[in-house]
Amino acid sequence: MSDPVIAVRGLGKTFGATRALDGLELDVPEGAVCGLLGPNGAGKTTLVRILATLVRPDRGEARVCGHEVGREAAAVRRAIGLAGQYAAVEEGITGRENLELLGRLHHLGAVKARARAAELLAEFGLEEAADRLVRGYSGGMRRRLDLAASLLTRPRVLFLDEPTTGLDPRSRREIWSAVRELATQGSTVLLTTQYLDEADRLADRITVLDRGRAVADDTPQRLKAAIGTLVEVTLPEDADLERACAVLAVLTGGAPAVDAGQRRVGAVSDPARPLALPRLVRELDAAGVVALDVALRTPSLDDVFLALTGAGAAEKTEAAA
Amino acid sequence: MSAMTMPVDAAASARRILLVYRHSPGLLASSLLVPVAMVGVFGYVFGSAMNVPGGGYREFLMPGLFALVALNAVMPAMVGGARDAGRGVTDRLRSMSVSRFGLLTGQALADLLVAAVVLAPTALVGLAAGWRIRHGLGPALGAFGLLLLFRFACGWVGTALGLAVGKEDTAGQLAVLTIPFSMLTSAFVPTGGMPGWLAAIAEWNPVSAVVEAARQLFGNPSAPGSAWPAQHPVAAALGWCALLLALAVPLAVRNFARAGR
Ligand SMILES: Nc1ncnc2c1ncn2[C@@H]1O[C@H](COP(=O)(O)OP(=O)(O)OP(=O)(O)O)[C@@H](O)[C@H]1O
Ligand SMILES: [Mg+2]
Repeated sequence: MSDPVIAVRGLGKTFGATRALDGLELDVPEGAVCGLLGPNGAGKTTLVRILATLVRPDRGEARVCGHEVGREAAAVRRAIGLAGQYAAVEEGITGRENLELLGRLHHLGAVKARARAAELLAEFGLEEAADRLVRGYSGGMRRRLDLAASLLTRPRVLFLDEPTTGLDPRSRREIWSAVRELATQGSTVLLTTQYLDEADRLADRITVLDRGRAVADDTPQRLKAAIGTLVEVTLPEDADLERACAVLAVLTGGAPAVDAGQRRVGAVSDPARPLALPRLVRELDAAGVVALDVALRTPSLDDVFLALTGAGAAEKTEAAA
Repeated sequence: MSAMTMPVDAAASARRILLVYRHSPGLLASSLLVPVAMVGVFGYVFGSAMNVPGGGYREFLMPGLFALVALNAVMPAMVGGARDAGRGVTDRLRSMSVSRFGLLTGQALADLLVAAVVLAPTALVGLAAGWRIRHGLGPALGAFGLLLLFRFACGWVGTALGLAVGKEDTAGQLAVLTIPFSMLTSAFVPTGGMPGWLAAIAEWNPVSAVVEAARQLFGNPSAPGSAWPAQHPVAAALGWCALLLALAVPLAVRNFARAGR
């Protein structure tokens, strides 16, 4: 296997009293699309900014295409494209001029810069607005222009910090297809997102960050499988809630959650002990529970996210300790 | 690498500033309107009550207004620098393999062109109001060169401050900081009538040095004070420009490299 294009070892960054990154480890292989998930303040933007040579880490090491981000920043910069969390565009000139100027600053030369700008404007549905001042663009249009700018050089490594926040569904799809196309051409993409469906669709691998550390790093499928199966039983009347709870507790080995209003009991089955629907139905029947609805559901990335991050995860680690 | 690309980066960066002006003619119009209006307000309204030794008040005033045009580079450069830093434009540029010095130099050079476009009509209005070039073309060109050099230095100062501030709103509010520099000078009145301590401050103000130097080179009436800069205005003005550039250029490049950290 070739060396990872992004390699992060023991990365730490502290802002005042805040530990934005706390011993982060991460490898992203060439050509992969890596989705970076995590709650607000988890350190996603900080990681992207360190990898894009904008912020110096306090501890640890980060390499992009084999170059260390601090000492060999110039080499890193030649390999990367960046679209930060907020659209970085000059408002006083047109969209086309924005791209052409950045093309020149990427040293494409005036002719190539013009051609590439026209290509990207078309690709991102900005042709009509191309010659209007960016001041009059909507938020989504600015975002698209910003993303187009990050693709000017078809970079080997692309960093996208919440690329589709605030975009309409069609624009999101355009961004997704642009990212996927870049990846098929061999570029490596690291993208942060709050949309778990986006990560699910786009990413080959997902890293979940929480409080500056990677708490999971795997394919979306395996992450979901690792959670186990979600079991949900809905009852016609309140009387059976307790008995249903007891049955689920035994079957899943966990503590079921009761939603009294909906008369619903839910639990997560232990991934090591797969639970089959017939058995669940039999056990409920044997306990005399009449169920309105019994469902087994594969977890979504939302469930993965909730299980791995935030207060729930903290309780679990404390319980384990 | 970035040393080689410096001219290209500077050109692209200059182009950006000029494009902004091209798309917003109002920007240029308003920077023109200020000095022209000042010829009217100070030259005719206040000037009617002013007496300066050795010539008319309006001839005394014009070099002062030229110097204020040069000083006016600070504000847009500061707001622009803060806006770029605050909105991530600086981040994008920092993530690219470009010459930072080239980028900032390009901006400053583009601003010189803007300044020239503002100074020329201001000078014409001045001529119409009775201002004259009395020592020939050479010294006059020297005076305009000095005014542009001061504008260049002021632009760098503004950029350095703006990048350090990093917030457009705050930078806009800091604009009041330039008021003492434009008011405590010999641009409008001779320092001779000020209390001693105030005269000293005014005479050591870099703007006054530039004003007095321009008066000397154009051959316009002046009433220099007794402080060293007032006695040696050209040397003082050049010295101030050199000092400002020596401080502001490295500071601006450093602040650019650190923006958003
Ligand atoms: N320049 C800074 N100065 C001070 N604190 C900072 C700075 N940048 C980030 N932080 C802090 O570091 C932590 C991580 O921030 P970061 O922006 O990396 O989070 P994030 O995962 O991108 O969050 P979000 O999902 O909200 O974008 C936060 O607590 C934030 O307040
Ligand atoms: Mg963020």
